[in-house]
Amino acid sequence: MITVETYADINQASAALGADSIYLGGGTLVMRALNYGEQNFSRIVRSTDPSLTQITMQGDRIQIGAAVTMASILAHPDLAFLAPVARQVGGPAVRNMASVGGNLFAEHPYGDLAVALLVLDGRVHLADGQEQDLEVFLAQRKGFNGIVASVSIARPNRPEDFRWLKISRTKPKGVSVMSIAAWLPAMAGRLQNPRIALGAMADTPMRAKAVEQTLEGATMDTAGIQNALTAIASQFNPPDDALASSWYRQQVAPIHLRRLLLNEGAGS
Amino acid sequence: MSKTPVSFTLNGRDTGVFVDGGANLLDALRRGAGDLSPKYGCGQGTCGTCTVLIDGEPHLSCLTLAETVEGRSISTTSGLQQGAQLHPLQQAFIDGFAAQCGYCSAGMLVAAKALLDTNPSPSRDEVIEAISGNLCRCTGYEPIIDAIMEAAAQMRSPGGLGRAV
Amino acid sequence: MSSVELRKEFFADERPEGLNEIGQPKIRQDILGHVTGRSEFYDDHLYEGLLHMSIVRSTEHHARIRNIDVSQAETMPGVVRIVRAADVPVNLNTLLGMIGFGRDDEALLQEKRVAYKGEAILAVLAESELQARNACKAVRVDYEPLPHVLDVEEALKPEAPVVNDEYPNNTFDYHDLYDHQKLRFGDVNKAFAECDHVVEGEYSMSPIEQAPLETCGAIAVPETNDRYRCHTCSQGLFFSLGTTAKLLDMPSSRLHFIGGTVGGGFGGKVDSLNEPMAVLGSMLTGRPVKFTWDRAEEMQVGAPRGAEKWRIRDGVMNDGRIVAREFTGFFDSGAYTRLSSYAVIKGTAHLPGPYSIPNVSSNVYCVYTNRTPATAMRGFGITGVDFAIECHMDKVAEKVGMNPIELRMLNAYRDGDMKPHRRLAKNTALLECCQVAAEKGQWAIGSQYSAMSSLRDGGGEKAAIPPTIIDEEGRIGERKAGRVADAAPSRNGKLSTKPNSTVPILEATMAMGEEANVPLEIGRQREAVENMPVRPAATVSSITRPVPPSSQPTSSTPVPAPPIPTPAVVSPAASPVSVSAFARPLGVPSAAPTPSAPDTAAPRQPVAEPQPAPTASPSPPSPAGPGVRRPGSSPFVSGRRGR
Repeated sequence: MITVETYADINQASAALGADSIYLGGGTLVMRALNYGEQNFSRIVRSTDPSLTQITMQGDRIQIGAAVTMASILAHPDLAFLAPVARQVGGPAVRNMASVGGNLFAEHPYGDLAVALLVLDGRVHLADGQEQDLEVFLAQRKGFNGIVASVSIARPNRPEDFRWLKISRTKPKGVSVMSIAAWLPAMAGRLQNPRIALGAMADTPMRAKAVEQTLEGATMDTAGIQNALTAIASQFNPPDDALASSWYRQQVAPIHLRRLLLNEGAGS
Repeated sequence: MSKTPVSFTLNGRDTGVFVDGGANLLDALRRGAGDLSPKYGCGQGTCGTCTVLIDGEPHLSCLTLAETVEGRSISTTSGLQQGAQLHPLQQAFIDGFAAQCGYCSAGMLVAAKALLDTNPSPSRDEVIEAISGNLCRCTGYEPIIDAIMEAAAQMRSPGGLGRAV
Repeated sequence: MSSVELRKEFFADERPEGLNEIGQPKIRQDILGHVTGRSEFYDDHLYEGLLHMSIVRSTEHHARIRNIDVSQAETMPGVVRIVRAADVPVNLNTLLGMIGFGRDDEALLQEKRVAYKGEAILAVLAESELQARNACKAVRVDYEPLPHVLDVEEALKPEAPVVNDEYPNNTFDYHDLYDHQKLRFGDVNKAFAECDHVVEGEYSMSPIEQAPLETCGAIAVPETNDRYRCHTCSQGLFFSLGTTAKLLDMPSSRLHFIGGTVGGGFGGKVDSLNEPMAVLGSMLTGRPVKFTWDRAEEMQVGAPRGAEKWRIRDGVMNDGRIVAREFTGFFDSGAYTRLSSYAVIKGTAHLPGPYSIPNVSSNVYCVYTNRTPATAMRGFGITGVDFAIECHMDKVAEKVGMNPIELRMLNAYRDGDMKPHRRLAKNTALLECCQVAAEKGQWAIGSQYSAMSSLRDGGGEKAAIPPTIIDEEGRIGERKAGRVADAAPSRNGKLSTKPNSTVPILEATMAMGEEANVPLEIGRQREAVENMPVRPAATVSSITRPVPPSSQPTSSTPVPAPPIPTPAVVSPAASPVSVSAFARPLGVPSAAPTPSAPDTAAPRQPVAEPQPAPTASPSPPSPAGPGVRRPGSSPFVSGRRGR
C-alpha cells in the first residue's frame, strides 16, 4: 500500500524522507514508476512550500525553485534565454507538470534542461542547506534520497552567448537523439571559458571538457573549431536506444556541434 | 484499507472521490467520478490521450497524483459541449473528419480548447505546437489541425456556435 | 479541407455517376460519440469487484523453465488467484486454425520452455492493478537459458536451435511438402542467360509495431445462464470468440463478445490473447476481470509487422524491359506462426509487383526465430516486398539509364495480363498513377508514356501462362539435414512436360477468413504423403499446363477452361495425394466435384517422366457457397468475409 504525505514546509518534508519513501515533484517520474509497478517505495512525500516555485534574481545568478515548471520558465521574462530549451521539453501538458528539480533525475535520453543548466554553471541547493555543483550532483544522482530545493545558474551577460540545439526524430516534440548546450563568451573574437554540455550522449547530461579545452582562445570559424569536432567524436560512449545507436550518435555529434558553433541553424 | 477523499470541480460541478494512496487522476476520474472520456494510452507521458485541463491548463491525468487536485477545477471533453450545443471544436472535428478510431479525440479536444481559450487566433504552427503532446495514429494530424483552425475561425465569428446534439 | 482528389477522367465508363453514397462525403456514424467522449471502448465499462490481471513474462529469449515459485506471490495483499498453464483447458492453438491452416503451435501460458523474451508464463489476479504487478514481481522463475536465434538466415542453418517444437526445421511447412512457398512462371534462368544486365539487390525491414493508442485488452464478466460477457478491442470479434472457445474448451454460445469500438488496430488486434485470459480469469474467480496491456507490453509482446528480408534478381534488356525477376524472401515469424504463414502466401500472390514480367520465380520462407511473434499490419505480406521491389526498380532504372517513372510504365501490367499466380490482372491503374504522380511531381515523361492506358495493349500473348520450369528443391527437413545449400529458387529445374496449370495457386487465401475450397485436413494427410512409394502429384505451385493464348480474355473467365479430362486410372484405394489447401482448378465449377485432379490427366502425360501414383483426388472441391461448413473447418466460424 502506498501512502501520501504532504508538508507545507520543505524542511518537514525533508525530515520525513526515509528509505521507504520518495519525494514527488511534478509527478512525471514518480507516477510513471507507480503506473508500471516499478516503485521501490511505499511512502510518497510532497511539499507545498511556496519557495519551491519561486524564481529570484541574485546579482549575476538566478535561483530557480525546484518545482518551477517548464511552462513557468517559458512565461518568465528574465529566463527568455532558457525558453528555447524549456519549449523543447515534452508537449504543453508535460511542460505544465515537468519541473526543474525533476529534470535533474530524468533518465537517458530525457532531461534536456539539465544540459543547459550544466553550461550555465548550475549549482544544486538541497533542502538541508547543502550546495553541490550540478555536474557532481548528476554523477551521483542514482543514490540520492533528499530534496532538491532549487537550482541556481549564472546569467549570461550576453544572452546570445548561450546556444542550444536539440536533435530529435519528430517535430515539434520529440525525444533527444542528442542535445547540445553551449555558453560561448568571447573577447576580441576569441572564446574565453567556453562551456559545452551534451544530453543523451551518456547516462546523464555531461560537460564536454575535452571539447571546451580545444575551444579556449579559438576563433569561431571552420578552422578555429576543427579540433573541437575531432575531440567530440571520441569523448563520448553514448548508449544505444530505440532512437539511435551509440555508433550513430558518435558519428553525428561533430556535425551537430559544428552547426551549433557556426550558427548554421538547427540541422535536425 | 484507507481511502483519501479528494474534492474538486469537474466540468463545473462539485465532485468528490475516494482514492487509494498513489492513485492517479485518470483512475480517479474514470472509476471514481465516472467520467470515462479521458483514456489510458501509455501511463508514462508519451501519448496525451489522458489529457485533461486543470485550472484551464492541459495536464496528463495519468501522471497526476489524484490528491494534488484537491480544490481545483478540472475540465474534460465530457464537459465540452455547452448545453445541447456542441462546442465549435467538436463540430469542426465532425465536419472535418478529424477523428477516426476516436481514442485520441478526447485528449486532443481539450488540448485544443486550452489553446483557443488563451489564443483565439492561432497560427497553424501554434496549433501544431499545442497538440504536439497528443499522438494520433489514424489521421496523420492534418484533418485535426484543419479542424482546430476552422473552429477558431468559427469562434471568432459572431454567433459561431455548434449545432444541437 | 481534404487532400483527396478524385480523378474522374480515368476509367470514366467503369464508374457510374449519380450514386447516392459512393463518391459522396459522409459523416462517420460513430464520430459524435468520439468528439463527446461517449464512444464506449472496451475499458469504458465499470464493474464492481473488478479484478486486474497481470502477467509474469519471460526475461529470456529462449530458456527451459526449471521451476516456478509462487509461494510469496500468492500470499501478497490483494492477490486473489494465480493462473497457471494447467488452468488453461486447451493450452495449444494456432490463430489460423480457425480457417484450417497450419498446426497448433502456441500455448496461452508457457511453463516449460519459453521461446521469446516477453512470452507469458503465468498470470496474477488481484484486487488492484498495483497489487497484481507487485505480486508478479514476487514470482521466482528459474530459467535454464538455451541457445537462441534472432536472424532468419541463421535460423535456416542445420545447427540452429529449434525454436518451435511443432516446426522443428524453423520453417512453416507449405503444402506438406516444402519448407517455403514456391512460385514458378516461365524460365527465369534462361532469361538471365539471354538478358543484357542482371541487377541484384537485398532489402531488409525491421519489425514495426502498430502502436494503437488504445493498448490491447479485454474485460470479462460472468453473466447469467452460464455465459461470459467479454468487452474487447479485438479487430476480429468472431475470430477472438472462436479462439477463446477453443482454448477454453467451451461452446461459443456461452460467450457474449461485445466489441466494434477499436481504439486503433492496424492489424495488431487480431491475436486474441487478452480475451481468453480475461474469460479464464473470470471463470476461475467468478468475478469481472480486466486484462489490459500497458504500453511497455504493447511494444514488447504486442505482435508487430514482422521483419522481412528480400533478395531480388532482375534480368533486364538495354531498353529497360525486365524479362526475368527472381525473389528469395524471408518473413521473420518470431517464435510462433500467428499470421506469418499467411503473409507469405499473400506476398507471393503479389509478385512481381504491378508489372508484367514474362519469367518470374520465388522462394519465400516463413521462418521461426526467438523474437516476438509477428502478426498482421496494414497490407502485411505486401508492404515489405513492395518496398523492396520499388527500391529495386530505381536500381534497375539507374543501371539502364532510364527515367525511373518511364521504366515503371514500360514494365507496367495492364488489364488482361496473366500474373504469375495464374490470375488475370484487371482494374489495373499503375500507368494512370504514374501519369498523375509525374504531373504532380513535375517530373517530365515522354509523350508516348503520357498516352499509355491500362485498358490498352494488355492480354493477348500476355494472357498466356508460359511453359514453366519446375523443381522439387527444399522439401521439408532437407535444409535442416544439410542437403539444401541455397535458399534461392532452383537453378536446376526442368521444363514440365505435363500440361500447364491454370490453377490459381492462392485461391483460398486471397481473402483471409474465406474458407479453403479443398480439404482442410491437409495436415492429417502428411503421414500418408510421406509414406507414398512414388512422388506425389506435383504441387499446384509447380504444375503447368499449356493454355492456348486467348484472343479475347475476359475478367470473368480469365482462361478458357479445358474440358475436365477423364482420369486414366482411378483407384478407389489410392492414397491421399498432396493437394494444396489452396488448390481449386480454375474453370471447374466449384459445385461440381471432379473425381480426379486434372493434373493427373493421362492424355498428355509423358512416358519419360516418373508417373505419379494413380490417385483419386482425396477430396474434391466442395461447394464453396457462403456459410457452408466443410470437414475440418472450425465449428466456431461460419460465413465468409472479404478483406
